[in-house]
Amino acid sequence: MSNERIEFSLEAKKRLEEIKKLYPDTASAVMPALYIAQEEAGMINDEAIAWVSENLNMPPVQVREVATFYTMYYKNPVGKYHFQVCRTLSCAINGSKALMEHLEKRFKINPHEVTKCGKFSFEPVECLGSCGTAPMCEINDRYFENLTPEKLEAIIKRIEEEEPDLRLSTKKDQLGDGLKDIPCSSIRG
Amino acid sequence: MKQQKQILLKNIDKPNQHTVSVYEENGGYKAIRKALQMGADEVKTEVKASGIRGRGGAGFATGIKWGFIADPEKSGKPVYIIQNADESEPGTFKDRLLLENDPHATIEGMLIAAVALKSHYGVVYIRGEYAFPYTRIQNAIKECYEKGYLGDNIFESGYKFDLVVHRGAGAYICGEETALLNSLEGKKGQPRLKPPFFPGVRGLYDMPTLVNNTETYAALPFIINEGAKEYASYGTEKSTGTKLFSASGHINKPGVYEVEMGYPILDFIENECGGIRDGKKLKAVIAGGSSMPILRADELKGVNLDFESLQAAGTYLGSGGFMVMDETTDMVEVALNIAHFYTHESCGQCTPCREGGHWIEKIFYRIARDKGMENDMDLVKSIANNIEGHTICAFGEALAWPAKAFIEKFPEEFRERIEASIKGKPLKKEALNFPILNH
Repeated sequence: MSNERIEFSLEAKKRLEEIKKLYPDTASAVMPALYIAQEEAGMINDEAIAWVSENLNMPPVQVREVATFYTMYYKNPVGKYHFQVCRTLSCAINGSKALMEHLEKRFKINPHEVTKCGKFSFEPVECLGSCGTAPMCEINDRYFENLTPEKLEAIIKRIEEEEPDLRLSTKKDQLGDGLKDIPCSSIRG
Repeated sequence: MKQQKQILLKNIDKPNQHTVSVYEENGGYKAIRKALQMGADEVKTEVKASGIRGRGGAGFATGIKWGFIADPEKSGKPVYIIQNADESEPGTFKDRLLLENDPHATIEGMLIAAVALKSHYGVVYIRGEYAFPYTRIQNAIKECYEKGYLGDNIFESGYKFDLVVHRGAGAYICGEETALLNSLEGKKGQPRLKPPFFPGVRGLYDMPTLVNNTETYAALPFIINEGAKEYASYGTEKSTGTKLFSASGHINKPGVYEVEMGYPILDFIENECGGIRDGKKLKAVIAGGSSMPILRADELKGVNLDFESLQAAGTYLGSGGFMVMDETTDMVEVALNIAHFYTHESCGQCTPCREGGHWIEKIFYRIARDKGMENDMDLVKSIANNIEGHTICAFGEALAWPAKAFIEKFPEEFRERIEASIKGKPLKKEALNFPILNH
């Protein structure tokens, strides 16, 4: 764990105060609070747990219990661009293995590792509800569908060149506008 | 091909249907105005008479579910309304389409339920990965507040209803309604014991709570506008209305399709799905999402897409996650793929499910990798039988049913692998799955 002290922004605190008002009980805000903390700290580390715990007046153990239950709270560092390739049935029978093999070779890392430059990481994940557009990969918070290793490579190249914003910002409550020309919406039959 | 009647997808392809103005141009927010005129009892009667059954997977009658919830004026307890948009069943992506392209329909459905059950607070629980649909539903709610369709005085009726969106964070089990409620209370998403924690009686914060699926809510405006009788004229006697199917796999035209309940499964594959890709033959179908038993091609004749017919065929309608596999599909690998999913997603609360999942996955893995042992098929069945019915929630069945079905429906494929490994002549078939086990 890093020794650098993370400063949580005032904006993050303000946002959390707004969210707390949305629920009849403050404890319900723990999941959105963890998303905010993750955006601030880059992952869910001890400081992120402490920040949520202080701001929600909840025992740290209770916050940690929630954080460790859900896969989308990263307990280990991820790259600036985190690739999540769906490995469940419809994607598997449409070639998701080839996508993961491509990422392994291209980034020279194993799943859950981060490239030395800190830019890339990947992992196989369970069904992301994009079965009609299989195989697919979620990069940060954006879906990329109907992929082949070649199409995925083209996206990686553009990420390297453009450094697009593909995140769902908890502060702005908006999805980043990077690579907007690549559609990310359900296809219709 | 006969054009299917549309209720849920009627406006789905119209540009900007996700905005409040276009939704209203296409007839939106008429039903809630009508419901406010009708009053709680009449709305409840109408929904019950429509015969609609929950679209999330269990197929429980919506009207009866609503009937469990006590009148807050008599009980003194607030009622909470939840939209279950934690769509996670492999093969299912219909709610995503509704949330992206017609989010106001799901909000209007929730408003109708709120009026019927006298609720003043609702939550849309959406799976964490659905970031784009999240922005669409969030924006739709914002529009509603600006218009006065949500808030302290909805549609100038004096009625108050607030609606919040809550993002999940990658746990399949949170689609189980009591796990969802725990998650929403800021706890681990582990299911609750029923009884006593039936959501309708002791739900969110221990108060009466309605949890319905996104698609169920989206059907309510039609029921109120056109009447229960009109709705029930679609579909079959016990499966009224239309249903969304998410079609994927080895087919020419994957996508979300709306068909009348009772539509023949083979017609669906041929017409809507466009048949099997590359001129191959159909091998098997999972019709209701990956937790439902698989059907072989030869079992499909005469089977229709509705609750009763699929049940008679030995499977269930489930969520309508319709996955099609062609003749080249390796069923041992498919079994491993699905077993891994349920092992990964077990919440860990009940021992049979938490441990049994790993055992089943390990056995499928060794069979797939030519290390199968003589009684492995019986062993899987025995483990599955010891999970089924012995867990707090239905996840145990979701894990056990498909595992058993793959072996029962395609025994020769498992036997071939096991026999070859016993003889020391490994088949070395190509793995479908990226290495997925850490042992």
